[in-house]
Amino acid sequence: MKILVAVKRVVDYNVQVRVKPDGTGVETENVKMSMNPPDENAVEEALRIKESGKATEIIAVSIGESKCQETIRTALAMGADRGLHIEVEGIIEPLAVAKILKKIVEKENPGLVLLGKQAIDDDCNQTGQMLSAMLAWSQGAFVSKIEFSGENIQVTREVDEGLEILDLKLPSIVTCDLRLNEPRYASLPNIMKAKKKPLDSLSLKDLNVDITPRIQQIKVEEPPKRQKGIMVSSVEELLQKLKNEAKVI
Amino acid sequence: MILVIAEHNNEYLKSFTLNAIQASSQIESEIDVLVVGNKSDNVAKELSGVPLVKKVLHINSETYDKQLAEDVAPLITNIAEKYDYIIAPATACGKNLMPRVAAMLDVSQISDIIKIEAPDIFVRPIYAGNALATVKSLDSKKIITVRPTSFDPAPSSGGSAPIEEIQSSESAKLSNFIKKEESKSDRPELGTARVVVSGGRGLQSSENFKLITDLADKLNAAVGASRAAVDAGYVGNDFQVGQTGKVVVPELYIAVGISGAIQHLAGMKESKIIVAINKDEEAPIFNVADYGLKADLFEVIPKLTEELSKLNIIKK
Ligand SMILES: Cc1cc2nc3c(=O)[nH]c(=O)nc-3n(C[C@H](O)[C@H](O)[C@H](O)COP(=O)(O)OP(=O)(O)OC[C@H]3O[C@@H](n4cnc5c(N)ncnc54)[C@H](O)[C@@H]3O)c2cc1C
Ligand SMILES: Nc1ncnc2c1ncn2[C@@H]1O[C@H](COP(=O)(O)O)[C@@H](O)[C@H]1O
Repeated sequence: MKILVAVKRVVDYNVQVRVKPDGTGVETENVKMSMNPPDENAVEEALRIKESGKATEIIAVSIGESKCQETIRTALAMGADRGLHIEVEGIIEPLAVAKILKKIVEKENPGLVLLGKQAIDDDCNQTGQMLSAMLAWSQGAFVSKIEFSGENIQVTREVDEGLEILDLKLPSIVTCDLRLNEPRYASLPNIMKAKKKPLDSLSLKDLNVDITPRIQQIKVEEPPKRQKGIMVSSVEELLQKLKNEAKVI
Repeated sequence: MILVIAEHNNEYLKSFTLNAIQASSQIESEIDVLVVGNKSDNVAKELSGVPLVKKVLHINSETYDKQLAEDVAPLITNIAEKYDYIIAPATACGKNLMPRVAAMLDVSQISDIIKIEAPDIFVRPIYAGNALATVKSLDSKKIITVRPTSFDPAPSSGGSAPIEEIQSSESAKLSNFIKKEESKSDRPELGTARVVVSGGRGLQSSENFKLITDLADKLNAAVGASRAAVDAGYVGNDFQVGQTGKVVVPELYIAVGISGAIQHLAGMKESKIIVAINKDEEAPIFNVADYGLKADLFEVIPKLTEELSKLNIIKK
């Protein structure tokens, strides 16, 4: 079984993002970029599944500008076998990403596609579910545990009330939560080795997908800033403020 | 016309559905609600009493007992034709289901909106709420999830909308429900509580987390946690507040032993009053706190709980 893992290049989660003064987006020039955090969990899980003997090949795919190849190299350095880059400029909506991934699934025939549950830039939380619908496959969203049982997988999903356990028919789409596992660091020798692993680049034309935007971004602005309050020096003072000033207790 | 997808557990309606209905009413007044469930007549009845609802569509079948996304999405797309909008709350349930519906209809979903500027223009947070994007949907049909805490709940009684029973279809048989592990508690729900007391890694253990629950009980508050506290196993995932957890907007949020990473702030910085208790005066949580107390939580939390017992003035 092949596993396809979707990895997105995003502004690193430690960066304090800044909105561009002209309101067209956030500053991404000269800002540290990384693999979207839950996508690292997706790569890690794929590696563990392969290590357990249940998968034969891991393909990391990223969609976006040419620098996405760095993100793919990170996945290769962690242990993925080969990379696929689909070159697209500008914002690309989850619907379009899902359409592109569908084409790749049709080419590669993976038994499992792993994605992050949410990209930390657009916070859309859509792509995996969309891909699953397009393929008419089973779906495990927001997953913190995957277990194989025969032809199926059992996934533990993080939901609002707690945890939900589902049995999914393979092939399947799983979107990963950060609690799924602890992603490994790529060792230096593996980073060197990753440079020699195959990384193919495809253009949108090769795939014949229509990615015409369906959402027009009108503006991006900073949220209203919260006023910094005061420091109190004791429990008594805190209670007095909450009671008499804020009137919330 | 708008179709709102009701969230429920077959027994009762989840209250965030009312917030989605209220948000919908800012777009237009023709609002139908769809209840997909099993023995869910009560839910349909509850919704029929919501004055903003014009009609309740009810599908009642064993197939939908657990509302698996693979089975529910095709039902929605079957009746989608006459609706211009399909709207659900941006809860784990809505986030699981709606992108499936959107993809089947070839529509780009607008996730987690916090404001409606015009019938086709919405505001939504991006980058963990560090930026707000105003977006225009160019699709003729619009699939939207609504951040429930950004809209009031619609009034829930006084209406008498008709209930129309709809035919069910076959299960897609792609997935099976095994079980659900729900945390049971008598405390208010995290998403809607008036007061939330949250604990972070500063608590150090699940035993110590009792300091948080004791304090919460004195305030009739819900209990929340940072991701670090959940990861460390102090409490379950359903307690997590933040970018990848729940968004809460209580009147009072008390953060204890939480540093205030942007991913945590994403889930609570709209709270009316924020109290931070942390021993590190540099902790970023103090930048958003109305009242900060630099102290060792193991000293001040028991004291705070005790003082509150004396005050005994809890507002419900
Ligand atoms: C993609 C992504 C998504 C994330 N989503 C979320 C999310 O949804 N929610 C979330 O919370 N986090 C989230 N995180 C994690 C986030 O970045 C932080 O790691 C996390 O919030 C830290 O939790 P904490 O404040 O409890 O722990 P720490 O950062 O370790 O802070 C502990 C604090 O406790 C204080 N403390 C320690 N001992 C005491 C004491 N005795 N008395 C008083 N104070 C004390 C310390 O001074 C410190 O400030 C996410 C991260 C990523 C990468
Ligand atoms: N441009 C992209 N390239 C590769 N994977 C992506 C891309 N966009 C989204 N994904 C995948 O889809 C997941 C969810 O993204 P989103 O729906 O945008 O929140 C991410 O965690 C990735 O695994």
